[in-house]
Amino acid sequence: MLEIKNLHARIAEDGTEIIRGLDLTVKAGEVAAIMGPNGSGKSTLSYVLTGREDYEVTEGDILYNGESILEMDVSERAASGIFLAFQYPVEIPGVATMQFLKVAMNEQRKARGEDELSTPDFIRKVKEAAAELKIDMDMLKRPLNVGFSGGEKKRAEILQMALLEPNLCILDETDSGLDIDALKIVADGVNALRSPDRAIVVITHYQRLLDYIVPDSVHVLYKGRVIESGQKELALELEKNGYANIIEKAA
Amino acid sequence: MNVQSKKPITAAEQSLLDRYAERRKERQGNASLTALRDGLVHEFDQTGLPGRRIETWHYTDLRTLLKFVPEGFSPETGASAKPLLSDAIVLSARVGGQDSAMPEGMAVSSFNELLTSANATDLLESKRPDDFIGRVNSIFVDGGSVIDVSKGVKLEKPVELQNAASGGHLHTRMSVNIGDGAEGTFIERQIATDTADSFVSSITDLTVGKSAVVTWIISQERGDTDTHLGQINIRLGEDARLMLFIANAGGHLVRQEVHVTADGENSDFALRGVNLLGGDSHTDITMEYDHLVANCVSTETIRNVVFDRARGVFQGQIRVAQIAQKTDAKMACNTLLLSDEGEFFSKPELEIFADDVQCGHGATVADIDENHLFYLKARGISDSKARAMLVNAFISEIVEDLENEDLVEAFEQRFSEWLTRHA
Repeated sequence: MLEIKNLHARIAEDGTEIIRGLDLTVKAGEVAAIMGPNGSGKSTLSYVLTGREDYEVTEGDILYNGESILEMDVSERAASGIFLAFQYPVEIPGVATMQFLKVAMNEQRKARGEDELSTPDFIRKVKEAAAELKIDMDMLKRPLNVGFSGGEKKRAEILQMALLEPNLCILDETDSGLDIDALKIVADGVNALRSPDRAIVVITHYQRLLDYIVPDSVHVLYKGRVIESGQKELALELEKNGYANIIEKAA
Repeated sequence: MNVQSKKPITAAEQSLLDRYAERRKERQGNASLTALRDGLVHEFDQTGLPGRRIETWHYTDLRTLLKFVPEGFSPETGASAKPLLSDAIVLSARVGGQDSAMPEGMAVSSFNELLTSANATDLLESKRPDDFIGRVNSIFVDGGSVIDVSKGVKLEKPVELQNAASGGHLHTRMSVNIGDGAEGTFIERQIATDTADSFVSSITDLTVGKSAVVTWIISQERGDTDTHLGQINIRLGEDARLMLFIANAGGHLVRQEVHVTADGENSDFALRGVNLLGGDSHTDITMEYDHLVANCVSTETIRNVVFDRARGVFQGQIRVAQIAQKTDAKMACNTLLLSDEGEFFSKPELEIFADDVQCGHGATVADIDENHLFYLKARGISDSKARAMLVNAFISEIVEDLENEDLVEAFEQRFSEWLTRHA
C-alpha cells in the first residue's frame, strides 16, 4: 500500500535535510511501528507523507497504491484515503466540531464521487463512533479541539479517523499526553480499525503503546533513514537496551 | 500675509454646492430652516470636504476619496426589500410608513413633520466642529422617521428599517426613542435597489431609556460604487443595555460613525462590528464613547477581513470623565489581511480622567493561520473551502454575540454569501 523509496526531504524555508534516503514498505493489513530517538525525523516523515508544504522532497518517491503522490496536495492526499492523527491537534476557535466533521466527510465523499450524507445519517454515524471512544456528544458541540484536554484531543483524532475510514492511517505519537485509561480507549479505537485493506503506521517513542496496538513490523528511524527493521520483538529490545546498540551497528 | 489661500475646490465639493443651490429653489421650508442651511453651506464653501489634516478624518480623507457625487435625488422607493428576518415588522426609514401591522406601544411618524415645526433648527444644529456627516445631512435631509416605543413595551418582533437608495442623493434621519424599561430589536438596513451610483447620508438619533434593552443592527448593503456616510448618536440611560452590531459588507466609500453618551449609571454598551472589505472600497467605523457617569460597562470588538485593494479604518475613542469611576471599557480590533495590497488602520484612543477604572484595548493583524489551514486540509477539505471556513470562523465568533438564533443565522448567511462572491 505504501512504498517509500530513497526519500530525501528538507525544510523548505532553510534547506535543512531531515529525511536522508528513507526506504519503507507497508502492506495492506499491516501495522507498522516507527520508532527512533528525538530528532530522527519521525514527525517530519508524517508531514511529508501528508504533503505539508513546509517540507520539500528533493529525491526519491512515495508510492501509495502503486502511484506517486508527490504531485498531490494535502487535501487531495487526504481525500484519497491518507489520514494523519496529529501529535498536537490544533484548536480552531469559531469552527464548530460537528460542522467540521460534516464538511470533512462530505468533501471526501464528493472527491470520491459519492453522494453527500444526509444530516440524520451523519449524526447517527457520529453518535455510534463517539460512543465507541467514550466521547460525550457535549464535547462535540464545542469549537474544534478548543478547551479539549490532551486525552480528549487524541480521542477526537481517532473519532475523525473512524468516521473518515482512511486506507492509510498515520498515528504521530498518539500516546503522548495520555493516561493509561485513555491510552487503552484510543488503542481499542485503533485496533477496531485494523482490517486487511487498511495499513496503519504508528509513530512512537515508547514500547508502551505497542503493548496495546501490537505491530506487525517495527522500524527504527535514525538521522532520516530506517537503520533497522524487525518484528514486534525489536520494540521490546529497544525498550530494554535503548537505541545505542542499533545505532552503533548501523554506523 | 497671514491669510491662508483657499484650497482649489474639488469636483465633489462643486457638485454638492450646485445640488444645494438647485434644491434651495425647489424647496419651501420655513425661513429659519433655510437660514440654517444657508449658513452650513456657506461654511462648507469655506472649509470644503474634511481631509487628512483633520484628525478624525485623517484616514478617511474625503477630499481625495470622494471623487464625484452623483447628480439628482433618489426617488422614494419605500420598504420593498425582502426582510432579513421573515417575522420582522418592515418600515421604510424614509417616510415612517408601515408595511405590516404596527405593534401596540410603538408609534411611527414622518421626520418631515418635525422639519416643518418651529424647533426644526434645534434638530439640525451640528454639535461637533468636525461633524461633516451631521452638516451634510442637515443641509440636504428631506426624509426620515420618528419612532417612539412607550415605557415598558417589549417588542416581540424585530423592526426592520429600510433605507433604500436607487441612485443619486439620499439623505435620511431617524429619531428613535426607546422608553424606560422597553425592549426591542431594530435592524437598520442600508440597501441599494439599483446599481446606479448613490450618495447617502443617514443619521440615527437613538435614545435608550432607563433599564431599556435594545439590540440595534446596522446592515451595510450598498452597491459597489456607492458612497455612504452614516452616523448613529446614542444616549444611554441608567441601567440601559444596548448591543450595537455593525455589519459592513457593501458600498464603495463608507463611513459609519458611532457617538455614545452614557448619562445614567450602570449602563452596558456592546459594539460588535464586522467589516468585509473587497475591491477598491474604503470602509471606516469611527466610534466615540463618553463615559460621563460612574459604573458603566462598554465592550467593543471589531473584526475585519480584507481582500483585494480594500482599505479599512477603525477609530475608537473612549473618554472617561473624572466622575465616571468604576468604568469598565474593553476595545479590540482584529484584522485578517488576506491580500498584500489591502490595508487596515486601527486607532484606539483612551482618554481617562478617573482613577479607578478598567480600560483596555488591543489590535491584531494576521493572515490565515497555516497550522489551522493544514489541519483542515489534512482532513480532505480543499484549500478554498478550508480558507472560507477559517474566515467564517473568524467572524462567526462576533456574530454569535447577537445571541439570537435567527439573527445569527441571517448574518452568517449574508456574510457567507459575500465571501463566496469575493474569495
